[in-house]
Amino acid sequence: MAQADPAAVAGTLTMGAPALRLTAVCKEFGGTTAVDGVDLEVRDGEFFSLLGPSGSGKTTLLRLVAGFEHPTAGRVELAGHDVTGRPPHRRDVHTVFQDYALFPQMTVEQNVAYALTVRGVRKAERLARAHEALETVRLAGYGGRRPAQLSGGQRQRVALARALVDRPALLLLDEPLGALDLKLRQEMQTELKQLQRLTGISFLLVTHDQEEALTLSDRIAVLQGGRIEQIGTPAEVYERPATAFVAGFVGDTNLLTGQDAVRVVGRPGTYSLRPERVRLVAADAAGAAGAAYTQAAPDLPGPGERAVRGRIADIVYAGPHARVRVDLDGGGRITAALRGDDPVPGGPGTPVLALWRDESAYPVPDLTQD
Amino acid sequence: MTTRHGERLRLAGLLAPPLIWLAAAYLGSLAVLFLSAFWTTDSFTTDVVRIWTTDNFQQVLTVPVYRTIALRTLSIAVAVTVVDALLALPMAYFMARVAPARLRGALVVAVLTPLWASYLVKAYAWRVMLGEHGLINALAAPLGLHGPGYGTTAVVLVLAYLWLPYMILPVYAALERLPEQHLEASADLGAGAWQTLRYVVLPAVRPAVLAGSVFTFSLSLGDYVAVQIVGGKTQMLGNVIASQVTLDLPMAAALSAVPVVLIVCYLTAVRRAGALDSL
Repeated sequence: MAQADPAAVAGTLTMGAPALRLTAVCKEFGGTTAVDGVDLEVRDGEFFSLLGPSGSGKTTLLRLVAGFEHPTAGRVELAGHDVTGRPPHRRDVHTVFQDYALFPQMTVEQNVAYALTVRGVRKAERLARAHEALETVRLAGYGGRRPAQLSGGQRQRVALARALVDRPALLLLDEPLGALDLKLRQEMQTELKQLQRLTGISFLLVTHDQEEALTLSDRIAVLQGGRIEQIGTPAEVYERPATAFVAGFVGDTNLLTGQDAVRVVGRPGTYSLRPERVRLVAADAAGAAGAAYTQAAPDLPGPGERAVRGRIADIVYAGPHARVRVDLDGGGRITAALRGDDPVPGGPGTPVLALWRDESAYPVPDLTQD
Repeated sequence: MTTRHGERLRLAGLLAPPLIWLAAAYLGSLAVLFLSAFWTTDSFTTDVVRIWTTDNFQQVLTVPVYRTIALRTLSIAVAVTVVDALLALPMAYFMARVAPARLRGALVVAVLTPLWASYLVKAYAWRVMLGEHGLINALAAPLGLHGPGYGTTAVVLVLAYLWLPYMILPVYAALERLPEQHLEASADLGAGAWQTLRYVVLPAVRPAVLAGSVFTFSLSLGDYVAVQIVGGKTQMLGNVIASQVTLDLPMAAALSAVPVVLIVCYLTAVRRAGALDSL
């Protein structure tokens, strides 16, 4: 797709408008701006995530798309149609709510068939399609139960089946996995992704969990303070963060600015250095190399590698990796994430050499202009 | 073992007074009432004579006047319940989901305040309003209408007014508990306002309406004061019982069994619908 010629791209655009297009959308609540001039497009069949901390406006944005809120300014288009003023029940989108919002007095089957019931679909067809939807989420045979009789993961899948039963053009998911424990959450992530591929429906997911966004999405919009900081593929957002906020929010990073940048990276500017790109060598083991480095021979640790001396400040064991903070001799501190087969060179106080490939320090575009 | 024994003893000590009260004073008096329905009265002295007979119950079931009055009482109780449910639903909905927080508080107070006023005062206030030159006729006259005057309609009206808070409060509580997300989910899945009302709101408040109806129904069934004040010539079971108490106590006791049986039937039906859980 990337190399497709412009004419072909134009052709596909006229054939199918994006599943969702937001143009300069703003939303104020009594003086506070929750969403501040957001433009974005969700392509047909895309898994798109809105990632941000609480208060970033991501949930408000989702509610604007669903129609529960109406924008103070801007346009909301679904599949090329302006739906800005339309109420929720006249939009071809369904929502999977954070705590599912299943109707407690209805059976699972009635819940799933609800969208068909209110549209006046005949009972036989309704039941057949509800059954089909329950099969897609591997809950065939659960139709007669009440939501209260299901586990959290099962309720989650009923909510999905209910929202997918009449194949909406766009599915909105509001932190759908937030209430589940880690193991179940990981299982459901896989299932969500499969379900999205299977149905081909565009998914718009709201999450504050960067790992969830990275694993699931085709593209991610990172939000802060009601604005979009960056839109890109998971790799783009992680490897080439557009702002210091993105670098810090999506994964952990060593953010180096001003004096620190000059001292540690060797150049002025703002740099994001991922902890897992940093390795540590005991300064003793580095021996002469370490000593030589202090005499200004930066290429000694290895071709294209940068090295800085310091002492281990503390070590936090986190299962698959250990996070080691190093106080640098010239001032400042960086964190290295060491994998199990990459042993920690010693306890706190051990003199070490922190090493990374020069290009691992990614220059974050200038922020001061904002 | 000893601690468990001690705990049991303490539990027994704690529960004994209310249980004795329930068994002796409450159920006991009901049993005595039921028992006395099988006795009879000396027609000269009007003293109760302890001769075992089922005559009283036969009369209650066969004398047409009693049957008419029992049916009328039942109809009035049902009508009051229906009127209260129809009034309470929109009112409680407005209070719980539409009114801003401040107005909501004021409305809850407004609903509760009449409960503090004397029953008699409220009933007499209605008597004044329903009178020939009362407020109701004054308001109805320009429209070419005439108020109901004293009678069965007035009884239903006044009882519905008196018991309305008992219906509004549980319905209000149920509507307040109803998560906003359920309404949003319904709209999100394509339901218009009426469909959401029918499929989501009404099923959610149904137990509360039934719970409220336990009050409106049973209180109406046993009432005999409002009917004397605004009922004109209308008689309810309560009036008949009250007038028989001094003349023929066993007969009054047998008549009392009728509302008791009706209420037990009603409670059983309501319980089956699962509404007592929300009381």
